[in-house]
Amino acid sequence: MSRRANMKEWSAQAHVPAPAETGKPLLIRGARVLDPASGSDHKVQVLIRDGRIAAVGKTTPSEPRARTIDAENLWLMPGLVDLCARFREPGQTHKASFASESRAAQAGGITHVLIPPDTQPVIDTPAMVIRLQRIAQQAGGVSAHVLGALTKDLRGDALAELSALRSAGAVGASNAFAPIPDSRIARRALEYAKGLELPVHIFAQDAALAAGGCAHEGAVATRLGLTPIPVAAEVAALRFWISLVEDTGARVHFCRLSTARGAEVLAAARSRRLPVTADVAAHQLHLTDADVDGFAAQCHVLPPLRAASDRDALRAALRDGLIEAVCSDHQPHEADAKINPFPLTEPGISALETLLPLTLALVHDGLLTPLQAAARLTSGPAAIAGIRAGTLAVGEPADLVLVDPDRAWVLRTEQLLSAGRNTPLAGRRLRGRVLRTFRAGEEVFTASDA
Amino acid sequence: MSPELQLDSHGRLRHLLTLEGLSATLLTEILDSAEDLDRSLRGPDKSLPLLRGRTVINLFFEPSTRTRTTFELAAKRLSADVLNLQMAASSTSKGETLFDTLKTLEAMQADMFVVRHEASGAAHFFAQHAAPGVAILNAGDGRHAHPTQGLLDLFTIRRYKGPDISCFRKLRVAIVGDVLHSRVARSDIHGLRALGTQDIRVVAPPTLVPAGIEQMGVTVCHRMDEGIDGVDVVILLRLQKERMLGAYLPSMGEFHRDFGLTRKRMQAMRKDAIIMHPGPINRGVEIEGDVAYGPQSLILQQVNHGIAVRMAVMAILGQAGTPGAPARARRTRRPAARTR
Repeated sequence: MSRRANMKEWSAQAHVPAPAETGKPLLIRGARVLDPASGSDHKVQVLIRDGRIAAVGKTTPSEPRARTIDAENLWLMPGLVDLCARFREPGQTHKASFASESRAAQAGGITHVLIPPDTQPVIDTPAMVIRLQRIAQQAGGVSAHVLGALTKDLRGDALAELSALRSAGAVGASNAFAPIPDSRIARRALEYAKGLELPVHIFAQDAALAAGGCAHEGAVATRLGLTPIPVAAEVAALRFWISLVEDTGARVHFCRLSTARGAEVLAAARSRRLPVTADVAAHQLHLTDADVDGFAAQCHVLPPLRAASDRDALRAALRDGLIEAVCSDHQPHEADAKINPFPLTEPGISALETLLPLTLALVHDGLLTPLQAAARLTSGPAAIAGIRAGTLAVGEPADLVLVDPDRAWVLRTEQLLSAGRNTPLAGRRLRGRVLRTFRAGEEVFTASDA
Repeated sequence: MSPELQLDSHGRLRHLLTLEGLSATLLTEILDSAEDLDRSLRGPDKSLPLLRGRTVINLFFEPSTRTRTTFELAAKRLSADVLNLQMAASSTSKGETLFDTLKTLEAMQADMFVVRHEASGAAHFFAQHAAPGVAILNAGDGRHAHPTQGLLDLFTIRRYKGPDISCFRKLRVAIVGDVLHSRVARSDIHGLRALGTQDIRVVAPPTLVPAGIEQMGVTVCHRMDEGIDGVDVVILLRLQKERMLGAYLPSMGEFHRDFGLTRKRMQAMRKDAIIMHPGPINRGVEIEGDVAYGPQSLILQQVNHGIAVRMAVMAILGQAGTPGAPARARRTRRPAARTR
């Protein structure tokens, strides 16, 4: 019993970064301040003191000691909340580490990440949750929130100790990419999670329909001879899980929606007021299966890049608020993972540092307002994760990102801070750049051209 | 697709990875060259010095007898030194990656690799990473492409429906069977389309037709009698029995009932229609035994044509490596940069 209590105390320490007590107050003025949590989009000053937001307004209490940042023509928003980023530690440190990926997250303006449980070993015990938090704390600079495994070792045949995982600090449960073939186990998992009020993150893909697949079912995969993953793989899984939500009332978050029909199924469930939410990976809002042509291994992702009509439907769903979060779905790889014939390469994109510009591109395209884009990156995912983040309210920890929305830059893989250089956007011209990232008032990232 | 990968800046073949993106002119050139070589093989002396001193490595990651044999024979008749490597189905179990295998064999100063691998895109992968001057010849990659089979099918069709290359424009062609898994079907479709064939029908039950194949320029037909009605050419595809049963087809017998080419069904076809099959055939499944060796069948001629066609491709790739300088000399001037 006492151990359990200690764990709780420890996790509380792990989650709320100790605000920087020392150091000078900071005044950011001239910026367009986007605070989607309060719906505010104004040119105001923000004063940061003792690691927290001390004041927001046209004028702020005079602080003669304050360091001042003149942020004319820049946007200030809460630090980004990323619903899915794999830092590869423990278990796959040849791909990346918490140290490298924390720096990359900071450079991407991300202050909070959710770590899925498919590390090695799997996060299916309280000890593993604590181990993750300890690693995160040692790396420092990013608040890492852990998703516990929904089933033991992600095998799908027995429930993990969800209550203990939650007590240790897990903010939700997930089976990551691993299927749960037994529908009774799936149903009981939701029942059990409901009792704990623990959100369950589901990657909706029917394992049998997707078996062996590596590309969207359509003309491109057919011409290239790639084993397809049909749209029905997503839709069938969504329908299955939604029917279990109808039975159990459990809160389910669907990860990485990829299809137009999937979005329709989600909309129907939402219209019946079921407690379901969804996110989309930023690359799904831009790339399509046409980008896979030529066997482009950097475009090998799961779920696969879909048709242009799917991408457009996802964009519309994001605009309408049906999809409330954009995430990076960050999966850094060593170079060798992509040096193989397409079907044998490992899926995934190193995406922490492109999450913001890819989302801002939707603002530049006129699809989202700046406040909507900020909401999908901060308050939206924070609400889904059930974490206290994504707000600029006075008194909250000063997790902020200062952005130049118009700054154009070319992505050079050698300049990425992530250990994973695997991105299909290499050489692409992006618009929108993170200039400064603050975590609990401390400036943890400053762009060289800030 | 990236045609620049298999073509040089003058539009000549550097590698042969797929028939997709190859022009009618280039295809005609290859077929003409194969005709020349085929004539030269009729004498008692079957060897030509075109690849003398060159090293060709047959790198097969999938079991194959006939394709490997014809490649070997083709290379030997061009006087190349030939090495046959039958790699374990999963060579990764030995810990060597495909990249390492390629680099190791390149270090033995091979000039050309004939590659077969179960993964779609494997030939592209080798071409992307091959040193300059080393040619990659795709002998079948997954479901994607089998370009020399496509070429020998075109060669055979022209022999019997030509000789004018424009014969392809008015042809009606039915491709029957497991199109889903077939790299032969995809290569045939690209080749026929490039040569102007308008009426290509894919004939199979829906489980064996991949999504969106219409966009390759074919029509889909789920009834054999309609599919072969009035056609000039029927290309039957091999059904891999072990893969089919259960999920794709209820039984081989049912496939034969609905899609097997029988003497009775042949009556719907034109009297001068020709029948082709990449082999090896499953008697009583895709085709009735009598039909396979009947007067309209060109199955054995296809095998024979395969040698000349493969010789032609090898000769063209061999020459591409030598615009003035031997391939090996060029390679030493520009050492391979490992692209990672």
